Parts: sequence; C-alpha cells; structure tokens
Amino acid sequence: MENDNLLVVENLKKYYPINASVLGKAKSFVKAVDDVSFTIKRGTTMGLVGESGCGKTTVGRTILRLHDVTGGTVMFKGRDLAKLSKKELRSLRPHMQMIFQDPYSSLSPRMPVGEIIGEAVRTHNIVPKSQYQSYIRKVMKDCGLQPQYFYRYPHEFSGGQRQRICIARAVALNPEFIICDEPVSALDVSIQAQIINLMKDLQTQFGYTYLFISHDLSVVEHISDTIGVMYLGNLVETGDKAKIFANPMHPYTKALLSAVPMPDPDMKMNRIILKGDIPSPANPPSGCKFRTRCQYCMDVCEKEVPQFREYEPGHRVACHLYSQE
Amino acid sequence: MAVLNKFKKKKIQGVDDTEYLTLRDERRISKENAKITREFERNKARKNVPESEYLSQMRDSRNVVEFDDLHTYFYTDIGTVKAVDGVTYDVPQGTTVGIVGESGCGKSVTSLSLMQLVQAPQGQIVSGEIRYLASDGKCYNIAKMPRSEMLHIRGKEISMIFQEPMTSLNPVFTIGEQMDEVVLLHEEGATAESAKAHSIEMLQLVGIAMPDKVYASYPHELSGGMRQRVMIAMALSCGPRLIIADEPTTALDVTIQAQILDLLRGIKDKINGSIMLITHDLGVIAEMADYVVVMYAGRIIEKGTVREIFHTPKHPYTVGLMRSKPSVNKAVDRLYSIPGQVPNPINMPNHCYFKNRCEKCTEKCGGEYPPMLQFSPTHFAACYLYEEDRDAVYFDALTGKKSE
Repeated sequence: MENDNLLVVENLKKYYPINASVLGKAKSFVKAVDDVSFTIKRGTTMGLVGESGCGKTTVGRTILRLHDVTGGTVMFKGRDLAKLSKKELRSLRPHMQMIFQDPYSSLSPRMPVGEIIGEAVRTHNIVPKSQYQSYIRKVMKDCGLQPQYFYRYPHEFSGGQRQRICIARAVALNPEFIICDEPVSALDVSIQAQIINLMKDLQTQFGYTYLFISHDLSVVEHISDTIGVMYLGNLVETGDKAKIFANPMHPYTKALLSAVPMPDPDMKMNRIILKGDIPSPANPPSGCKFRTRCQYCMDVCEKEVPQFREYEPGHRVACHLYSQE
Repeated sequence: MAVLNKFKKKKIQGVDDTEYLTLRDERRISKENAKITREFERNKARKNVPESEYLSQMRDSRNVVEFDDLHTYFYTDIGTVKAVDGVTYDVPQGTTVGIVGESGCGKSVTSLSLMQLVQAPQGQIVSGEIRYLASDGKCYNIAKMPRSEMLHIRGKEISMIFQEPMTSLNPVFTIGEQMDEVVLLHEEGATAESAKAHSIEMLQLVGIAMPDKVYASYPHELSGGMRQRVMIAMALSCGPRLIIADEPTTALDVTIQAQILDLLRGIKDKINGSIMLITHDLGVIAEMADYVVVMYAGRIIEKGTVREIFHTPKHPYTVGLMRSKPSVNKAVDRLYSIPGQVPNPINMPNHCYFKNRCEKCTEKCGGEYPPMLQFSPTHFAACYLYEEDRDAVYFDALTGKKSE
C-alpha cells in the first residue's frame, strides 16, 4: 500500500555553513540534520524526541521548506517538496501546517483572533466569501474557543487559549499534515492535558496526520503511534510506540527513557545517567556520534558509522551493538 | 459607523467577568497603594533596629524554617493580588520539601519572601512570620528583619538556585568573578587567592570536569546543564543550611535533569542541609522530596509526606494534577484534564478557590473557605469532602480512576 504513506522522508540533509570566507565560500558546516529517513502513514502521529540541539525542529522546518533542503527527498502525497518551485509549493501549503512552541511569540499582537485564523483562509480561498465568517466561527468552536472572541486580541488570552488559537489557525486551512513543534512544553500541566486532548479529538474527527516534536517522553508516548529518537542530527531509533517503550534497543533511547522521573515515590529506578553534554554539531565525534557518552562503547564505534537497520519489523536501530547478529 | 460597532467589545455573561477599570479608578488605587507601600518601605529601611524586634521562638527546634500564616500581597494598579494568602508549613532539618502547583499559584513568591527578594515596593509581606533558625542558634523572624541584617543570611545561610541559568548569570563577568564575589562578601578574611581556590573546589564538587577552564570562561560559553551546575556551585559556596531550588531543571533536557537531580541529592547529604524544591513536575517531586506542599491560588490545599500525597491524595486538585500528567508505561485513552484555569488572583471571593473547576463540588463549597483537615500527624488538606469521614476514599491514587 504505497498510498498509505502520506510523507516519505529519505536521506534528508540540512547543513548550515559556518566560517564562511570573504568570497562566501563555506569552510565547514554544521550538520543540523544528517541523513534522516522516515515515513508517516496517513492519519497517524509520529513523535520525534531528543535533547535540545539534536535537530528535531530543523527536521520539521525543512520538511515544510521553511528552510531549504541541502540534500535528500521529501515526498508529500507523491510529490517531492524539495524540488518544487515557489509557485507549486504555495498551492501545496494549505495541506501542511505548523503549530509552534511558544504561543506568546507566534501570534501577531496587532491582529484580532478572527483575522489571525482567517488570513490564510482568504488567501487560499478555502471557502467562498459569503461563508467566511461562519466558517471561522465554526473552526473556533471546534478548537474550544468561544466564537464571541472573534474581535479580541491575543494579549487578552491565557497561554492555553493562545495555543488553541494557534491550533485553530493551522486547522482552518483543512490541512492533511500538521507539524507540532513542542506545542505543550510552554504550558501548565493541567492546560497541557486540555491541549493534548483537543489535538487527539481533532485527529479522530478530521483524520489529520501529525509530526509531533517534543522532548517530553511521557507526552510523546501518549499521543504518538510511531516514534523516532534523534541524536545530534541522526535518527538513532525508529519504531512503533509499543516496541520502543517496551524494548528500547539503542543505548541512548534506554538512557532517555530511564531519565524520565516517575510520579511514584516507591519506585526504585535503575537510572542510566549519561555523562556530559551533547557534543557540538559543528565538530561531532567520528564514527557513532553517541560514542562519547555511551556506556557500551566499543572499538568499532570510533571507526565506523553504524548503519540504520531493521532488526524486527517496524523497528530500526543504528547501533553497532546489534550489527554482529 | 456600523463597521466600528463591529469591533466594539461586547461583554459576554459568564465568560467575561473581569471588569475593565476606568483611568480614574486606576489612579485612585495606585495612590492608595503608594500610601500603603511607603509605610512598609520606611519600616524596612530603618537603621539600628533592636534585635528583640525580629527575634522569635521556633515551634520545633528540629525545623530550619517555619512559615506561619504568611501573607504576601502585591499592590498593583488594578487591585491587590494576594499572591501568598495564609501559608503555614515547616522545613525540617536535613529534608527536602517539595512545593507543587501550577504557575501563578504563589510557589515562587513564598520562597522569595523567605529571601526578602519580593519585588518591592509593590510586593510586601503583610503579615505572618517566617522563622529561621540561624547557625548561631538564634531564631529570626525574616518577615520583620531589617534589610541590612538580611545581608548576613541571604546567600550565606540560605541560598537560591534559579530556574533560568541563562538569565541568572551575569553575561559580562566570568564565572570565576561571579563566584569569588560570594566568598569575598561572606567569608571573613577571604583573599582573592583563597576565594579562587574555594570557587574551583566548589566547581569540582558539582562535577565539572575542568574547573580551571570553566572558572575563566563566560556564561555564554557553557551549555545549559553546565550553567545550572555553576549556579548550584555558587549557591553552595558558603555552606548554606537551606537551599531553595526554584524549578532547577525545568529549562533542561531529561538526561541533564537526571544529572542535576542526582547532584542535588548527593550534595544535600554532604552538607547536611535542607532543600526547598519548587517545581510543577510531579515526577521530580516523587523522586526528590520527603514532604510535599501543594499550593493553589496562594493557599496550601494539601500537605503531607511524599507517600501520603502520592498514595492517598485527598484534595481533588492534587488528584487532578496527578491524573493530567501522562506517564511513561501507563497507557490511558484520554488524559484527564482539569477544566478551566487558575482564577484571576485579584479580588478573590472567600470560598474554596478550586470550586469552579472541581468535579466533586457541593453546595457547601460556596460558603466559607474550607478549614485544614488533619488526616494523620503530617497529612493535611483543605476540602469539605472529608469533613464527616476522614477515611473516605473518593479517588484511587494508583489507577487514577474515580471510585464510587
């Protein structure tokens, strides 16, 4: 079923030049995203986790062509986004939307809510002019906003409601694919639950496909169907949620999972505490990038980059520990 | 004109209960506030205050700090915000007390009151006592202490780790300069050399690999986890009896969070001090704290030992907080969410603040603010639900489900 895959990302690369000389020729690159491949099936949610600075957000932004692609392909509904012209891209834009992390800085303080949600609807002619008002009000209602707030400004809303506005803005265009870049990390716990429930409800109602970027594993576990774990620009493990959480294979995934504090005082954890910080992406370690912090590091890790291989159906890992078998 | 009318704000019943103040009202309020705060400020700035005025007696000599009916208000131009409204709890020696709650519920203001760091002149400790048992055996009431005396305690005996390691280090000074300053201020007879040696030793204590290099570098050269370590080293530098950690790991990644929590735990034992841990992450609390205080809208709604709070939570808000957090390896179809949001803290009515969001709300909740009910020597909660039957179980803590 090739048609099942809404988004196929293959060998996606995004390098940023640094130390450019006077003539504009870059001497070296920061490999923010280096050879990332995954697929997302229609109507499912993929969670992307990793520490800050590992390239999660860059993956999201590059898929939407908010940044240009350095290499690789992004097939969205059978078309390669990386090669589309601006005009073609524009016609595809309504089908893919983004929800940003900080609801305080991603809304224009000078626009009323109705205009924030409706601006793109008008630009893309989603509904006829006569139905515009009622359409926006319906979208607001779907997202748990009172339609009376149409003429209010963002500063009159709390964080949770602002995030609802951001969601309404994305949803108003009838997209198929929404990238959510840490949509709940700036919110309080009780508000987080409201927003997550809203996103799940919208998904069952309209069949959206989400790419959910977050560093909070418990949230990702709750909302995702498949999960990708990133480290320093690479995917180190992908697979079904159940497989990853029940049987994490990559040492980094194991450490990440064990580091999540559990809300139970009697639980004794065998915590794997990683030493040190994430290395600089401008000068990553040779071979396996994780080897500097890995407790199972072997000689081969220094020399060879581990291949991203499938070890059981739907569960892929990039680690030398499993390459001998 | 019809176009303009469209943009006019219509007041919606039930949705829009906040009143908009006229400019005249605002001016009147701010004038009144100025009068009140001036009085407070004058009191604080007095010189040669006799010690008897701020000496007090601890209720229990095993405690380091006792908050007793503390009220901290903010006199703003739109009304008085009762940020902390009658908070009472103890911090025993050698323990970790966790303070949980959503943002805006007064967690941080409580701890800032203890440091006398509340934003003045708007923010003032209005009444109540904060008793602190100093290392010299005297018990001070910090709420009444003059500013000059406070200098000897702040940073030396009580120190604080702030949430944002990014903004709480000065970007134009090296780490070393900032760390030495603490030592030079508080240690008598400290010289530049001894301060440097001490700072480097502290950096080593918090697990920084190359303390000499970090000592000479600027904050922007370090990663978030390293900066937080520097903050902790700075807080430890004078051997404090109490460390206030205000969301020390919120801005950090999980793997770094695990490192920092591990470090804090180790250090508490090493210096035999107490920690006040302020956070909204229940997982962190469960792991670190001995006692837990749950705050909501400026008041304590439940307090007890960590086991009591997590195994037999009483207050609907505590239960709601626990159920709304998804947890790893515990699958639920739908997250529980507490409806609504934390109420506007201005002009709060005198009934249970959680009333509008509570699913167990009864007629009684509309009356007086519920009293603190005692469930065990250490476990208290303020809720009418348990007035008749203290052992009643309305919520099952382990499954998170409501039991009938």
